Amino acid sequence: MTTDLTRASASELADLLASGETSSVEVTRALLARTHDVDTDVHAYLHVDHDGALASARDVDERRGRGEALHQLAGVPIAVKDVLATKGLPTTCGSKILEGWVPPYDATVVARLREAGMPILGKTNMDEFAMGSSTEHSAYGPTRNPWDLDRIPGGSGGGSSAVVASFQAPLAIGTDTGGSIRQPAAVTGTVGTKPTYGGVSRYGLVALASSLDQAGPCTRTVLDAALLHEVIGGHDPMDSTSIDAPVPPVVEAARRADVKGMKIGIVRELTGDGFQAGVQARFDESVQHLVDAGAEVVEVSCPSFTAALAAYYLILPSEASSNLAKFDAMRFGLRVLPEGVDAPSAEQVMAATRDAGFGDEVKRRIILGTYALSSGYYDAYYGSAQKVRRLIADDFARAFETADVLVSPTAPTTAFRFGDKIDDPMAMYLNDIATIPANLAGVPGMSLPSGLADEDGLPAGFQILAPAAADDRLYAVGAALEQRLLASWGGPLLNRAPHLTNASIASADATAGATTSADVTKGEGA
Amino acid sequence: MSSIDTEATISYEEVLESFDPVMGLEVHVELGTNTKMFCGCATEFGAEPNTQVCPVCLGLPGALPVVNEKAVESAIRIGLALNCEIAQWCRFARKNYFYPDMPKNFQTSQYDEPIAFEGYLDVDLDDGSTYRVEIERAHMEEDTGKSLHVGGSTGRIHGATHSLVDYNRAGIPLIEIVTKPLRGAGERAPEIARAYVATLRDLLKALDVSDVKMEQGSMRCDVNLSLMPKGSTTLGTRTETKNVNSLRSVERAVRYEMCRHGAILQAGGSILQETRHWHEDTGVTTSGRPKSDADDYRYFPEPDLVPVAPPQERVEELRATLPEPPAQRRKRLQSDWGFSDLEMRDVLNAGLVDLIGSTVEAGATPAGARKWWSGEIARRANTDGAVDVATYAVERGITPAHVVELEGLVKGGRLNDSMARQVWEGVLDGEGTPTAVADARGLELVQDDGALEAAVDTVIAANPEVAQKVRDGKVQAAGALIGQVMKEMKGQADAGKAREIILAKLTG
Amino acid sequence: MAELTRDDVAHLAGLARIDLSDAELDKMVGELGIILESVAVVQQAPIEGVEPMSHPMPIVNVTRPDVVRPSLAADAVLAGAPAADQQRFSVPRILDED
Repeated sequence: MTTDLTRASASELADLLASGETSSVEVTRALLARTHDVDTDVHAYLHVDHDGALASARDVDERRGRGEALHQLAGVPIAVKDVLATKGLPTTCGSKILEGWVPPYDATVVARLREAGMPILGKTNMDEFAMGSSTEHSAYGPTRNPWDLDRIPGGSGGGSSAVVASFQAPLAIGTDTGGSIRQPAAVTGTVGTKPTYGGVSRYGLVALASSLDQAGPCTRTVLDAALLHEVIGGHDPMDSTSIDAPVPPVVEAARRADVKGMKIGIVRELTGDGFQAGVQARFDESVQHLVDAGAEVVEVSCPSFTAALAAYYLILPSEASSNLAKFDAMRFGLRVLPEGVDAPSAEQVMAATRDAGFGDEVKRRIILGTYALSSGYYDAYYGSAQKVRRLIADDFARAFETADVLVSPTAPTTAFRFGDKIDDPMAMYLNDIATIPANLAGVPGMSLPSGLADEDGLPAGFQILAPAAADDRLYAVGAALEQRLLASWGGPLLNRAPHLTNASIASADATAGATTSADVTKGEGA
Repeated sequence: MSSIDTEATISYEEVLESFDPVMGLEVHVELGTNTKMFCGCATEFGAEPNTQVCPVCLGLPGALPVVNEKAVESAIRIGLALNCEIAQWCRFARKNYFYPDMPKNFQTSQYDEPIAFEGYLDVDLDDGSTYRVEIERAHMEEDTGKSLHVGGSTGRIHGATHSLVDYNRAGIPLIEIVTKPLRGAGERAPEIARAYVATLRDLLKALDVSDVKMEQGSMRCDVNLSLMPKGSTTLGTRTETKNVNSLRSVERAVRYEMCRHGAILQAGGSILQETRHWHEDTGVTTSGRPKSDADDYRYFPEPDLVPVAPPQERVEELRATLPEPPAQRRKRLQSDWGFSDLEMRDVLNAGLVDLIGSTVEAGATPAGARKWWSGEIARRANTDGAVDVATYAVERGITPAHVVELEGLVKGGRLNDSMARQVWEGVLDGEGTPTAVADARGLELVQDDGALEAAVDTVIAANPEVAQKVRDGKVQAAGALIGQVMKEMKGQADAGKAREIILAKLTG
Repeated sequence: MAELTRDDVAHLAGLARIDLSDAELDKMVGELGIILESVAVVQQAPIEGVEPMSHPMPIVNVTRPDVVRPSLAADAVLAGAPAADQQRFSVPRILDED
C-alpha cells in the first residue's frame, strides 16, 4: 500500500477501512508514531492515550471483522481538545488547577465519538480555560505552529489545529468561544467550523463563557469537517441550550459544493484596514473563485460589529468569572495551603489555590468579569454589552436578508511570533475581531485556508458565516472554494508546509522519547 | 465607643409602648419531587452520604443543568395558591458567592424575574380575625449540601478544625416564598408570624408539593425584623434571623428580636444589619455574619438554562388542580357538620378533620364521628405516645367503617350508649368489629317488651312513694324509677323505652 | 468612567477569592484600566431602549421529566477529592455559617 496513512483525510481513511485495505490499529499506530516523531517539537498534545486508542482501534477492527454495521468514521482516530471531559482520561483545560483531574464522566461530544467507534488519540493543548489566541497561556507550555516552530498555532485551540496540521491526527475536536476553532485553523492552514450555538452539545465542555462556547470540528478538508460535524451534532437532552432539530445536511452540502446563484456578502467592517496585505489579497482571490463558481457578491454593512470586541470582552469575563468559581480546592483539582497561615480556613485555602492554580490571563479575566457584574457597574458594563450583543444579532439578521452567507478574512494576520503580544492583552484580543461577532449572535462560521500570504509565506484563512441553523451553507461555499483553490495550488496547501520529521530527529534524540513531554503530569511551563 | 449591650432585652410591653414592629418572612420549602432541580439524582432523605450526586449537582467541570418539569409545575401551583401572578416569561439567575457546601460557588436561583409574584395569604388568628399577608414573590432555586463540623466541642462551626461535606441535599428543588414587609401587626406580630407559617404549611401540604417537615428542614423560615418608633414611617434597620425551624420558634424568635431591638434603640443605640442565629434550646438569637456591601452577589441571567415561559393554558390547567384552600375548607366543613367554634377548634387541634371527613363520607353522623374519634381513642393515642389519632387508628386497623357500624348498632336499637362505649373499647382492644365485639360480650338491648313491662311493674310496686309523685305530675321523678328498671334489667334495656312504659302506666 | 483603584482590584480579588500578591495587584490595576477603557465602547453604542440579549437562541421551556437517573458511585464521586473522610468531602474549617 502506498498511501501515507498520516496524510490521508478522514474520508479517505474511512474508505480504506471499509474496503479492508487498512485497519484502525494500523492507522492508529501510524498516527501515534507520527506523534512520537514530531510532538516534541509541536507539543500539540497534553496527554497521549496510546493504549486506550489502540484498544478502541482493536475493538472496532474486531467488530468490522464480525461484519457489524459500523459508523462511516468508525476506526478513524481523533484528538480531543483538553477542555472536554473524558472519562478515565486526564482533563486539565491547560490549567494547573485541574492538574491530574480525571473526570468520572464523558462529555456528550466524546460519548458520540466513542459510540461512532473513533479511537481517541489524546487530549490537545490549549490556552488555559480557552482564554487566548496563541496557546501561550497554557500552563503546560505553548504549542508550536507546524509551519514555523517559532510562531503561534493560534488559540485557544492551537493544539487541535496543530495536531491536524502536523498530520498527527486527521480530525480533532476544538471549541470556539470567540474564534478558538477558526483562528487556529486560519494560521495553520487547516479547516475549522464553529457550528450554530446549540448545534453541538456543550454537556461536558468545561465552560469558559456558556452563552458563547461551541464545540466543532478541526480538520484538513471541508468534507472531513462535515463528516465530523454530523457525528457530534444534534440534540442532547443534557444541554438545555441544545437545538432540538436534526443536524443540517452538512455532508450533502460539502459533497455538492454548489454555490451557483448564492449571494456572498462581504462585510464592510471586516475587511481593509487592520488586515495584513497578504491576508487581504488571498481573501480577494477567494471571493473571485466563488464568483467564478457562479456566486454573486454583495456588500453588506454591520455597523455594530465595531463594538463587538468590547461587548465580547465584557460578556466573556462576566460569565467566566462565575463559571470558574467552582475551581475552589474543595471537591476536585488542586488544593494549595496558604504559606505562613496556621490552620487556614476554607476561604483562605480557596483564595491561595486560585492564586496559585490560575495563570495571569485567567485571573485578569475573572477580576474583569467580577467587576462588570458587580453592583453599581452591572448596567454600565455587562448590561450595555448585552444590548450591543442584540444590535450585533440584528445586524446579522439584516445582512442575511440580502446575502446567503457572509465572508471575511478569518484573522487579521498570519501567525505571529511567540511573545509578540503576550504582554499586551488588547493586541492579543484583536486577533478575534472577525470571529467574535458570530459567537455573540450564535451563528455558525467556518475557516478554511485561502493560501499563503506573500509577505511571510504563512497560511491565511477565509471565513464564511451563515444564518443560525444553516450550517450546511458553510459547507457548500467552503467545499466550492476548496475545490478551486486545490486546483490552483495543484494539491493541499499543507503539502507546502515544512517537513517536521527532519527537524524533530535531532530534538527527539536529545530528549529520549517524545511522549514524555506530551505527558501532562510531566509537562513544564514554557 | 458605644457601651450599649446589643444582646440585652427589654420587656415585650416596653417594646410595644414605643415601637411598631415590621416583619418580613422568607420561607424555603423543599419540594417533594422525585429528582433534584437540575439533574436526575434522587432526593431521598437520610441516604448514605454522597450517594445521590452526579456531575451536575456536584458542580463538576463541564456539567450542565436541565430544569425539572415537576418543580416548575409545583412552583406555579404554589404561586397560584398564594394568589400570585405567574410570570409569562422569566429566567433563572446565578447568585454568586463562595461557600464550601455550594458546589458551583453560585446558587442557581431567580433574581428580578420570579416565577410568581404579587400575591397574598389570609391568615386566621386565634381571636377569629383574619390578617392578610402580602406575598412579594415565590421563586425557584436549589438547596446546598450539608456540612458536619469536626473537631469542635459541640459539632458547631466555631472551634471546628475541618468540615465534612455531603452533597446529597445539593440541588434539591427549593421554592423561596417572600412576604412584603408586614406592618401594623403590633403586639400580634409573633402570633401572626406563627400563624402565617402554619397556614402556609397547611397550604403546601394540601397542594401535595412538599412534606413540609420543619424538623427535617424541608421547610425553613428566616425572620426579618425591624422596629419603627411609634408614629414614624421610616423603616428601621433589620436583622435576619436564619433557620427558625418550628412554629413555636417562629413566634419566639420574633418576640425575642423585638425585645432585643427595643433594648438597643431605647438605649440610644443603632441596630447592626446582620444575620442572627436562633437557638431553640436557650430561646435567644446570637450574632452571625454582618450584612454589608461585601454581599455583592453579582446576579446575572443563567446562560446554561433557557427562559421559562409557561403558556397561559398550562397555567389554567394547573389552576384547576388546586385543592380547596385549607382555611376555606375548614369553614365549609364546620358549617356542614354543624360544629360549634369550640368543637371545630378541638377537632383541628387533634388533627381529626380528615378522619371525621372520611367517616362522615362513609355514612356516620358528624356528631357521631367527632364523638367516637375524639374520646377514648384520643386518650389511648396520647397515652401510647402516638403522633396523632389517625396514625394510631391506622396502626391498629381501626377504620371509619367501624364507627359507622357502631353508630348503626346504636341507631338500630341493639346497643345503648353505655353498651356502645363498651363495644368501642373492645374494638380498640383489637377484639374485632363492633358487631363481633357486641356478640362476643353478649351485649344487646332486651327487645322483649313483656320482660321490660314486668320489670317496670316490679319497680313501681317496690317504690310506691316515687310512683305516687309521678302520678301527681312530677314527671322528673320517673328518672329514679328508670334507674331501678335498668338495674333490674342488668343494663340491657333501652332507657327511653323504659321511660315510655313507666309514664304510660302511671300517667296514661 | 470611574477610575479603577488598587483598593478596588483588591476588593474584586476578595469577591473572586483570589489571593493576589502585591505585585500582581500592582500589575493588574494598570492592565485592567486599559482594558476597561477599551471595553467602555459599549456605552457609546446606540443601545438606548435595546433589549439586552442573554441567550443567543430564542429557545424557551426546556425541561426534563421528574424521573430518577442513576447517580455516580460514591467512590467515583470522591475519587477527585483533595481530601475525604467518612464518605464525605473533607474541607478546611469554615469561618462562618452562610
